[in-house]
Amino acid sequence: MLILSVESTCDETAVAITENGRRALTDQIFSQTGLHAVYGGVVPEIASRSHVELVSRLSERALEAAGVTKAQLDAVAVSYAPGLIGAVLVGVSFAKAAAYALGIPLIPVHHIPGHIAANYIAFPELEPPFLCLAVSGGNTLLVDVRGYTDMAVMGATRDDAAGECFDKTARVLGLPYPGGKYVDALSQTGDDTKYALPRAHVEGNPYDMSFSGLKTAVVNLVHHAEQKGEALDRESLCASFSRAVSETLVPRTMRLAKALDYEKIAVAGGVAANSRIRNDFKKAAEAAGARLFIPPLSLCGDNAAMIGCQAYYEYLAGTRAGSDLDAYANMEL
Amino acid sequence: MDKLTIEIKTHAPEETELTGEKLAALFKPGTVVALCGELGAGKTVLVRGMARGLGSGDRVTSPTFTIVNEYAGRLALFHFDMYRLGGSDELFDIGWEDYRARGGVCVVEWSENVPGAFDGSELRITIEKLSDTDRKITVGTPQEAV
Ligand SMILES: Nc1ncnc2c1ncn2[C@@H]1O[C@H](COP(=O)(O)OP(=O)(O)O)[C@@H](O)[C@H]1O
Ligand SMILES: [Mg+2]
Repeated sequence: MLILSVESTCDETAVAITENGRRALTDQIFSQTGLHAVYGGVVPEIASRSHVELVSRLSERALEAAGVTKAQLDAVAVSYAPGLIGAVLVGVSFAKAAAYALGIPLIPVHHIPGHIAANYIAFPELEPPFLCLAVSGGNTLLVDVRGYTDMAVMGATRDDAAGECFDKTARVLGLPYPGGKYVDALSQTGDDTKYALPRAHVEGNPYDMSFSGLKTAVVNLVHHAEQKGEALDRESLCASFSRAVSETLVPRTMRLAKALDYEKIAVAGGVAANSRIRNDFKKAAEAAGARLFIPPLSLCGDNAAMIGCQAYYEYLAGTRAGSDLDAYANMEL
Repeated sequence: MDKLTIEIKTHAPEETELTGEKLAALFKPGTVVALCGELGAGKTVLVRGMARGLGSGDRVTSPTFTIVNEYAGRLALFHFDMYRLGGSDELFDIGWEDYRARGGVCVVEWSENVPGAFDGSELRITIEKLSDTDRKITVGTPQEAV
């Protein structure tokens, strides 16, 4: 089954063609993150509505790259929630028009299960049930993946996302945007015990998380040092910070996996690229005798192949949409 | 006549949240709130209180990456974060006018990034950090509200 899938919920516009869910024939991604760096921390023409044009161009390219004709497509899939409404609409409108014109089914996909599905592409042997930590600039979620289309959020951030915390820490340290990779690079040679940073404690659900206190602690630390004229050990601050984030994410994930009696743990989203978090997960999984799945970087960010993959399983479960499909800014899993 | 300003000092995040909750009683359809304050000042904490004050039971998280989050309540609350925007010319791209037309309340973090969004009728709230735990919240009400 060949699916043409579209992703446009935030900064990336992407079109992929996948075969039977797990095989990505092509994934054409137009990202504005390269531009972010050029503009020094801001997003030019973010999620512009003029991306309608971009979507059709990317689709043409995808078909060409995959060596597939329009007539061979079996379905069109689209990430229809959540996201910046104007941006999501671009993908939804295009997908509706394409499915209608080609006379093939339209499959709506929620963005988060899409991220989780990136693991199915990277790991052909992975099947539910498993626990997934979806962690990016916009999300920090612990998801119980009971089946391909049956999942429940077990814990989430109460304020800032982990990836956002990385970017804001980078900004306070004067590093370029997006800052996660610079913080990671600096932390390699730092002493992770040098700065005492908080591990947020949240009331209620023990699997919920909080990162705004950590962000604010870094801001305060940097300001106090500036006021006193003290030099900051940036490497050690980055190392201490990365450790604090990791120690918020990893133990919670491991505890929840144990509580659910799962021996498979997956990670999804851009923050999965962080070396401290990867290493801590590796060690923790080994110690617990769990199997760990972390997709390659190329599948961690927003892309359309993950949407096509999840769409295949949605299709098998009977999910279809008509030409009245809407785009949604917010939607619970 | 000068605009009326109110100053409130808070000593814990809960107090800032409560301030937001109380301020929400002033909101009417179409109210725009421009927030100013550095990273970690407590803008999101304040908006969390506003959402609660409007009757939303939803979790209020940072809209930095999504740019805008919506909450349903007595009035719809559109919680913007312009942190990633480069200027007022990008307001069109995020659909600012469309949100304004929906008759809810628009609360804007990092309002300094988009001066073009405001016409002087907005409520201006500045949060200043006095210490790690103390904040000074200054609310400038527009003339119409006085
Ligand atoms: N009096 C206070 N009011 C608000 N926040 C406070 C206060 N004291 C400490 N804080 C802390 O400051 C941080 C504010 O974070 P946040 O609301 O995300 O800031 P912003 O949105 O302005 O970047 C939180 O971690 C909060 O616990
Ligand atoms: Mg904020």
